[in-house]
Amino acid sequence: MALTNETIKSKLLEKFGESLSNFEEPYGLLSFEAPAGMNLKVMQFLYDDPELRFQFLTDLCAVHYPGQAGRELAVVYHLHNLTDNIRLRFKVFTSTQQPDIFTATQLYASANWMERETYDFFGVNFVGHPNLIRILNVEEMDYFPLRKEFPLEDQTRIDKDDAMFGRGGSIN
Amino acid sequence: MTEHHIKLPEGSIEKSTTTLNLGPTHPATHGVFQNILELDGERIVSAEQTVGYIHRAFEKLAERRPLYQITTLTDRLNYCSSPINNMGWHLTCEKLLGVRTPKRVDYLRVIIMELARISDHLICNSVVGVDSGAFTGFLYVMQYRELIYEIYEEICGSRLTTNIGRIGGFERDFTQAAFLKLEKFLKEYPQVLREFENLFSRNRIFMERTIGAGPISAERALNYGFTGPNLRAAGVDYDVRVHNPYSSYEDFEFSIPVGRTGDCYDRFLVRNQEMWQSLKIIEQAYRKIQEFKGAEAGVFHADAPSYYLPEKKDVYTKMEALIWHFKIVMGETDIPAGEVYNSVEGGNGELGFYLISDGGRTPYRLHFRRPCFIYYQAYSELTKGSMLSDAIIVMSSLNLIAGEMDA
Repeated sequence: MALTNETIKSKLLEKFGESLSNFEEPYGLLSFEAPAGMNLKVMQFLYDDPELRFQFLTDLCAVHYPGQAGRELAVVYHLHNLTDNIRLRFKVFTSTQQPDIFTATQLYASANWMERETYDFFGVNFVGHPNLIRILNVEEMDYFPLRKEFPLEDQTRIDKDDAMFGRGGSIN
Repeated sequence: MTEHHIKLPEGSIEKSTTTLNLGPTHPATHGVFQNILELDGERIVSAEQTVGYIHRAFEKLAERRPLYQITTLTDRLNYCSSPINNMGWHLTCEKLLGVRTPKRVDYLRVIIMELARISDHLICNSVVGVDSGAFTGFLYVMQYRELIYEIYEEICGSRLTTNIGRIGGFERDFTQAAFLKLEKFLKEYPQVLREFENLFSRNRIFMERTIGAGPISAERALNYGFTGPNLRAAGVDYDVRVHNPYSSYEDFEFSIPVGRTGDCYDRFLVRNQEMWQSLKIIEQAYRKIQEFKGAEAGVFHADAPSYYLPEKKDVYTKMEALIWHFKIVMGETDIPAGEVYNSVEGGNGELGFYLISDGGRTPYRLHFRRPCFIYYQAYSELTKGSMLSDAIIVMSSLNLIAGEMDA
């Protein structure tokens, strides 16, 4: 019997009960939300259960929602069960004040760099990560650039001298 | 990091290993990678990778750009097969916007994507040859990559960073010249590929250099998030084209070649076999395209006027078309709010796009799942205990593209 979204949902609810919320199926992909402290438990269950077998971590990234006080950062996991070929997505929310999330590196070796990237851009602190340092940005950087409070440069600014950038001429 | 590399081993008066910086601008790394190798003689004790030298903040830039302006960013991920990235992005947008494409568009896309896959594998495999000391193969196949680039040129006007296609289809129909070039390619390339295989596959020197170099088990490969030819070389038949078919891949008959040991030799063979399969797919797609009759034979885009750019000659002559052109390019058309994850089988693995739209002009967040960023972290495990020269060949056979890794 092929694994369906309903089966996964009922198994998860049976195991974790009411703590999982916001079950949705946007574009056919099962998606739900777990409490911040439970991400590893949920992943371990999804990994170990003989029926679920979500043993492939497709993607891990974060999203910043500055408007949601206390749960500004969402860490999004995309998991894939390659045997039954079914995917799911789950999110955990944490605050920018104390962005602590358990690491998934014990389960998936691939999580190592993905978590470093997420730390680098959003400042999510993955507790238990073996080497949580910046990866794409310079080590001296003291902010997390993909957070929404860092706007891109204003495209209409006129205080730059274009001659310095090889475009010839200046605005004056 | 620095203190780690000059620390003397316990109880010794002299450091017994050598630290070697391979890269970031070493000619043999084929891109901007730095590897800090710890060598005992010629054996690698440990390797530490540094990435990010050409990080261009695409994910941040994408947050200010409307959908069409992001296509040019995707070109610059895996620039050896940029059409696949463009198509992947357009497919993601179509999924979000609910645009359905006609069959002929799907088949045209398949032709382009498989050509891109061939050019990607071609470069990777011939570079493996270069790094093991055989330059001839590389120069020989280059003229067929040139032919593929000429086909791109006929279709979209550019060669490397293609910006090919539109949401819903192509900007124009394939010209007769494009089809003629495609026919030429289909006719001549099999012999070239066979000859290329003859040069390497049973070549004693090549086999000695690649068999057993950088092997990985299926279990470790999955745990490390390998996808694409590198995963298949380890014996796992996961292919996005088969598991989650997009662009009508379910209409084609082809097989997924797999390896066994996941070493450089298997990766080489898998890529070669995939080129044969790609040729098979292109032939089928071309035949299917010729079967369209009447009005269907000229269809090259979906009927999606709110997202598909109006024809250029109308833009220059009609006011309505001009307005729509600007509205679409600047993202002033309605975009539904939603979250989409869509992936395609890129040249080196599963290329995923995670797009969050809040209904505004630009994505709220866009994340690229870049396959080689994820599997490059296995490099130190792959090369541990092997020779320095193996480190080079493992790197080239993994098909690492700096542009994709650093995004």
